[in-house]
Parts: sequence; structure tokens; C-alpha cells
Amino acid sequence: MEARILDQFRAIVGRGLITETSQLHTYECDGLTNFRVLPQAVLLPTSTAEVQAIVQICHREKIPFVARGSGTGLSGGALPVDKGIVISLARMNRILEVDLPNARVVAEPGVINADVTLRVAPHGYFYAPDPSSQSVCSIGGNVAENSGGAHCLKYGFTTTHVLALEVVLPDGSIVDLGSRAIDRPGYDLPGIFVGSEGTLGIATKVVLRIVKKPAVIQTLLAAFNTTEEAGGAVSGIIGAGMLPAAIEMMDNLAIQAAEASVHAGYPNCGGLLLVELDGPAAEVAHLIEEVSAICTQCGAWEIRVAQSEAERAVVWKGRKAAFAAMGRISPNYIVQDGVIPRTALPRVLSEMERMSAAAGLRVANVFHAGDGNLHPLVLYDGRIAGQEERAIELSIDILRLCVQCGGSITGEHGVGEEKKMMMGEMFAEPDLATMQLVRCAFDPEQLSNPGKVFPRTRLCAERTGPYQPHPLEVAGVAQFF
Amino acid sequence: MADAETAWNDLRAFFGAEHVRAGNEEDAVDGFIPHMVVEPANAEEIAHALKIATDAGLRVIPRGGGTKMNWGNPLRHNGRSGELILSTRRLNRVIEHAWGDMTATVEAGCTFQRLQQTLAEHGQRLALDPLWSEQATIGGILATNDSGPLRIRFGSLRDLIIGITLALPDGTLAKSGGKVVKNVAGYDLPKLATGSLGTLGIITRAIFRLHPIPRETRTLSFASSAGLVSGSESLQNLVLAIQDCNMVPTGVQIRAAGSSTENDLHEVDVRFEGTNAGCDAQIEQTLGMASGARRIEVPADVWNARSTLWSGVEQSAICKFSLLPTDAGGFLTLLKQISQSQGLRWRLVAQAVGVGHLRLEGSDNAALISALEDLRKRLEARGGSLVILRCPLETKSKMDVWGSAGDALPLMNSVKARFDPTGTLNPGRFIGGI
Repeated sequence: MEARILDQFRAIVGRGLITETSQLHTYECDGLTNFRVLPQAVLLPTSTAEVQAIVQICHREKIPFVARGSGTGLSGGALPVDKGIVISLARMNRILEVDLPNARVVAEPGVINADVTLRVAPHGYFYAPDPSSQSVCSIGGNVAENSGGAHCLKYGFTTTHVLALEVVLPDGSIVDLGSRAIDRPGYDLPGIFVGSEGTLGIATKVVLRIVKKPAVIQTLLAAFNTTEEAGGAVSGIIGAGMLPAAIEMMDNLAIQAAEASVHAGYPNCGGLLLVELDGPAAEVAHLIEEVSAICTQCGAWEIRVAQSEAERAVVWKGRKAAFAAMGRISPNYIVQDGVIPRTALPRVLSEMERMSAAAGLRVANVFHAGDGNLHPLVLYDGRIAGQEERAIELSIDILRLCVQCGGSITGEHGVGEEKKMMMGEMFAEPDLATMQLVRCAFDPEQLSNPGKVFPRTRLCAERTGPYQPHPLEVAGVAQFF
Repeated sequence: MADAETAWNDLRAFFGAEHVRAGNEEDAVDGFIPHMVVEPANAEEIAHALKIATDAGLRVIPRGGGTKMNWGNPLRHNGRSGELILSTRRLNRVIEHAWGDMTATVEAGCTFQRLQQTLAEHGQRLALDPLWSEQATIGGILATNDSGPLRIRFGSLRDLIIGITLALPDGTLAKSGGKVVKNVAGYDLPKLATGSLGTLGIITRAIFRLHPIPRETRTLSFASSAGLVSGSESLQNLVLAIQDCNMVPTGVQIRAAGSSTENDLHEVDVRFEGTNAGCDAQIEQTLGMASGARRIEVPADVWNARSTLWSGVEQSAICKFSLLPTDAGGFLTLLKQISQSQGLRWRLVAQAVGVGHLRLEGSDNAALISALEDLRKRLEARGGSLVILRCPLETKSKMDVWGSAGDALPLMNSVKARFDPTGTLNPGRFIGGI
């Protein structure tokens, strides 16, 4: 990068400018370590004004930029772009305002997810979206990915809990999207910004909604011989008209890994269900009995109800550590994030078993059973020739299966770099082109995290309209991926 | 250039004369009778009709049940274009109710009531309570972002919709979202379309996440006890206290009214759903908190109370307002002051989460306008809003229906320009004149 540009950056962030190659390596990837790109520079601003000044330079000099929170993302959303810079929001980590009577918190994007809850917990509130990485991931990153977590079945996702945003647009201007009050008239710009994976600008302040902690939380573990039986219990629970706060499922491989890693004391079974109910005490007491009865009817041979907050924490520890725990049973793994309609679970699980046997690779399963979000962990050994390729292929085939069942290629990790080629499996050309109209409205020069999410970047001057296939496509000779 | 005659011929040739007709008085929007009305049979036909209209330079006004056609800025007569009402009446099917997955796919012209009746067959519902549910269609409810008391527990449309199909002015049919609740693939167009008044595209289909029909439902109603000011304050405190505790009400509603001549009315309704035991316990807890208020009999159809604001013969303005929950008390006080000084009567139905509807009555148009502007100014200063839904045409032409879009207006204009470069859909009727 030209010295004069670096000088301009240095004038803004001072020592918050990283150009030394050995230090740049820290930022060359996020939680998806298979893809690495060295950025030209990394900047760590401490204020909205600094972010704006940086983006203004980028706009003037046509330098692409990638915003980064804690870098825990699993789809390469914070992967640097070739010839671009990384703007890390890690230093903008203050909670600016806590308005308990209105249940709102204003946070800078670098605030750690769990710290929001920590701040309001003494008053009986919590911040609901709880990705498993919540002790390290940032609010800004959550906004970019529309992060979920185990409790989104009942509580919704990040977008449910973001009321307003201060955003630096890719042209360097600052806008306020949404409002502290609900239902701001006009287009739901916060709604389109959350989950846009950093492609529409950089959020520099976020107004979050916090939720009152429920009176009572009860967590139940149920052990089944098979995941089919566990799935049957899930259907039974939903069919009985209940909406638990969370329903998680783990298969035997996932249980083994979790046990080896954190010793949660899980029963050694084919399929484990973790059901959490919360709400008024009388309501929960009644419902937990119903859930137990349904589980027993569906074949549960052991049922445990956590008796204390400590026990509950242990129960969740195993589930939340599941990905990291894979290291105990396999040198490498690829985790996927497909979603399927709940009712397709039996078919998908048995199909995955067949596919994993055919590929000669083990697949551990951790599953947000309540909302159909599957986390198959394809286990492999990168030292053995060909295994990584087979693992990638298997994980893509699993996603394809999810789409075929009417699901999605990503429930919470985002498309990022990793899955953009699969967008064409879920959406037709007109669908992708229409989404990109939004991109063009916010970022016509394609500077904000360019190349992510969409397989084929649409030039913003391109004509809209129904997709016109190329004659070669019509003739069946060529195909768009 | 606008060529209504060509469009008329093209449309009739494609759809048949029985589905294309001239507009009449019943089709009038803000007193303005559109040239023609078209009723396509399905989404592809909607897209095709849109394309014909766009190519001919017509302005298109989408219509579902026609219950909210006059919301938004008036259609300004510009002498150049013709107008086409594009009706979704024939797109009225519930396409799929995947009850095991708790999702449903429905065409935009299906009435809310019909959808709910279908979903009830498997004990589920769309957890929403919009206005005029027998007539209002899914598309119109989405386009106007209408919601009711249930939103305190279930959120509004943006939290219930998971997929959408939009017909764009150039004839594109585009899908976004999907059939699963958890889905972050691509941009969240369902949210962008919600509340957009049909200015970005015509919604042809929507997919929703569902909830179980509750086993039990109970309602409590309170009025302020003697001593209006302190009674009102204790009702306000009750409303805030209910939100601050860890009960889970599915409705917390404030009904209030006043005028310069009569005593004010101030009542609060609270609703719980769930198991018998759960409801009983929360009712008891609420009664324990409500010692400063007077318990009253629950009025009939109380959870649909806001629809009563639309009845009455006096000249009136009806608006939707939003504010922070803690500002509700101050807003009521201001309302009383303003209405007294302007000689107006007022009635409101608000939800504790910070959204409500207000009816202002008075024969003096200038007083109405002045009051509305004062209220809006105060609301906007504190992060809220005031949108006029219905008022005399004379008032509408002198007032901004929507209020301020703030510094996000240029961005909204950019989005509009990308989706509807020719300004075909409801031009001029949205915020900031979009």
C-alpha cells in the first residue's frame, strides 16, 4: 500500500495501524481457518469519527475494506479481501447506555455478546441471542451475521433484538437506521442491515433490546437409543403445542467428544435431547412434567432435570463445547450449518449416515432440534491424502441435501466466503439479482466486504429484469455455478 | 410515455375482458378514481401485468382487501400517467400449512381470517392480530406493517415472516428467505418489504413461522380509581411494573379518552395465555401489583378496541404513533393539554410496548393540523413517530402524512430507485415523498 495512504491512516488511528507482516497474520482469517488472505493493513479505530475518516479515505482511493469484530465467524465473513484493509472494531468496546425501564442498551460494535448480559443481569435482564461463542464474539459481528444461538427458538435472533444502528456507509457518510421506539415509519433498514455480513457498511453503534429473565428456567436431559426416537420426542413436544426455550440434540459421536473434553456427565446414548423450558413457575412446573412424559413415551430410558443453576450450567457446557471438543476425537473437522424443516430430520439423519459411510468419514451431529438447524461435524485427518477434499465434498453434499428438503444452507454462521457458491442452490438468478439491488443502493462501488455472500457480483450498472440465459446455457452446453 | 390505451388493450388481450375493467367510485383512492382495475390469477400474471403497466408508463396501486387504500400520501394527479389498480384478490390460497414444522405459505390476497381458520385446523395460528381481519389480506397487512396487542409477546410482522415473493415493476418475480425459521442466507428482503406500502414490489406470497393456539386465555381490566391525576399515574406505574417483572403477558393495552368538556377515561387491559396454572398464578401476581387501581369488567372485544377508533361521524384524524414505553405518561399529559387548548376530543388505544392509535376529533381543520404537528414534534424529539392514517383530504394535502425519515432518507431513495427506477409503484405516497 502506498506510503501516503498509510500516512493518512496513521494520522487517524495513530498506533492503531498495523502494517508489519508478522502482525498482519493474526488477521488473515477468522474462525474458518481454511481460507487465508493477508490484508494490506489493519486499522483499529476507537470512535465513529475515526471509522468515518477511514472509510472516507477508502472511498476516495477505492480501497476495499472488511470490518472485523472478534474474528470468531465460521464462514469467512471477516476474511480479508485481496488488496484491501481490515477495520477491526475491537477497540470500540464500550457499553454507552443502559436504559432499563425501556429495556434498551446502546453498545459499540466491539462489545462482547456475553458482556451485555453481564451488565444487565443484576437487574434481572439478559441479552437473548446466545451463540455458543458468546464469551468472545462481538455485537458487531452478531449484527453482521444475524447470529442466533440455542435459544432463538423462543427468543428470536439478533435482528429481533436490534432496534437501531448508527452506520458508516461505504461512501463515508453516517446514517441512523431505525429508532429507539419501535415501528419507525419508512423502510426497515435495520432489518436489511442485520445479517448483511458487512457488505452494506459498518455499524458503529447498536441499540439493543434486552429481555427480562424468566421467573424460572428448567433444563431437562433425556437419553434415547437412537436419534430417530429423540426426533420423535421433539415432534411430540411441538405437536402438544409447547414452545420450549431451547431443544438441542446430540448424537453419540458428539457426546463422546463432549465427555472427553468437558466431562459434563452425559449419559452414553444414541441420541441425547436437551430441553429447556422457561417462564412463570407454575407454567414451567406443569410443562416439564408433560415434556418428561412425552420423552418417556418416545423411548427415553433416562431423564434428568437440572436441580440448580450450577447443574444447568454443566448440562449446557457439554453442548456449547461440542465443536471445540471435536479436537479430542479427530485431528480436523469441518462444521456445517444447514437448516431443514424439523419433520425432515429422520430422513436427513439416515441419508447423512449413508453418505458418511460412502465417504469413509465420520460425522458427528449437534442439532438445534427446535428450529431445524443442523451442525454436522465432518471429521477427518488432514494428514491423510485426499481426506480434506472428501470432507469438503461431503459437507457440501449435506448442505445440498438440506436445500433439497426445503431448508437453507446457513442458519446462523452466514454465507461469507465459504458458501457463496451454494447460493445458487437455494436461489434462482432473479432472486440473487434482486438481493443485489440492495447492495447497489448501499455500496455502488463495491468497497464494503466485496466478493462475499453472492457467487456472481452484479455490477451496479447492470440492467435489472427477468434473467436472460445465455444461448449456451439454453443449449445446455454451459452452466452458471 | 404514458399510454393508457395501449396498456388497456394489452391487458385485456392477456387477461381477458372479465378481469380488466375501468375504475369506478368504489375504487377511488383519496377521491381519485384510477383508470383501470386488473385482477390477475397468480404471481406470474401479477408480474406480467406490472411489466405491461411499467412499459406503458402507468402508475400502479396494489390492492388486497382495500381496507387501507387511503393510508399514505394522496395520489397526486399529474395529468401525465394513467393509474392501474393491481388487485391480488384472486391470489387467495393457503398454499401449505406445514404444521409439523410450524410454518405456513400463503398467497398475498388471502384474508387474514381465512389463513387463521386454516391454521386452526391443526391447533396453530399466525400470532398476529391485525385490523379488520375478515377483509384485510396478508399482502396489505404486510405492506402497512399492521400489528396489534399480541406483539408484546410475539413481535410484529418482521418477527413472524420468514420468506417472501415479490413482483418487481420490470416483471421479475423474486424470492427471498425460505421455509425455515432459522435462515441467514442472503439479505432479509422480507423485512424490507414489510411496511413498504407496496413501493418496492408487489408481495405475491409470504411464508410465516407459526405458534400454537394457547390452551387458556385470561384478561384483566383496570380503571383509574378516584382522583384522576394520581389514579392515572398509578395505572401508568402498573403498566411499567408489569413489563419490568418476569410475567409473560400477551397483551398490555391502554385505552384512554378525553375532551375539554368531559372527564377523562383511562383504562388498562392485561392478557395472559398458557396453562391454567400458569394463567392463575400470573393473574394473582398482577392483582397484587394493582392495588392502586380499580378492577373493572373486561369490555367486549377489548383486544380489538383500536378498530373502534375508526367509527364516529365527526370530522377526525386517526394516526398511529410510536414512543418509548416510559414516555407514555408524558404523552397522555401532552395530549390532554393540546386537545384542551385546541378544543378537540381524543381517544386512543395503545400497547405498552410503545405503539398505539389515536383519534382526534374537531370541526376546526386548522386546530386538527396544529395539534397533530405539535404531537409529532414532541414524539420525534424523543425517538418516536406519528403517522396519519386517515383524515379529511383537505388536511392530508396540508400535512406530511409520515413525519421525518431523518438522515436515512437518501438511502431509502436509493433503495427505491433500484427496485422501482421508473417510479411505477404508489409513487409519492411513501415517506419523504417516495
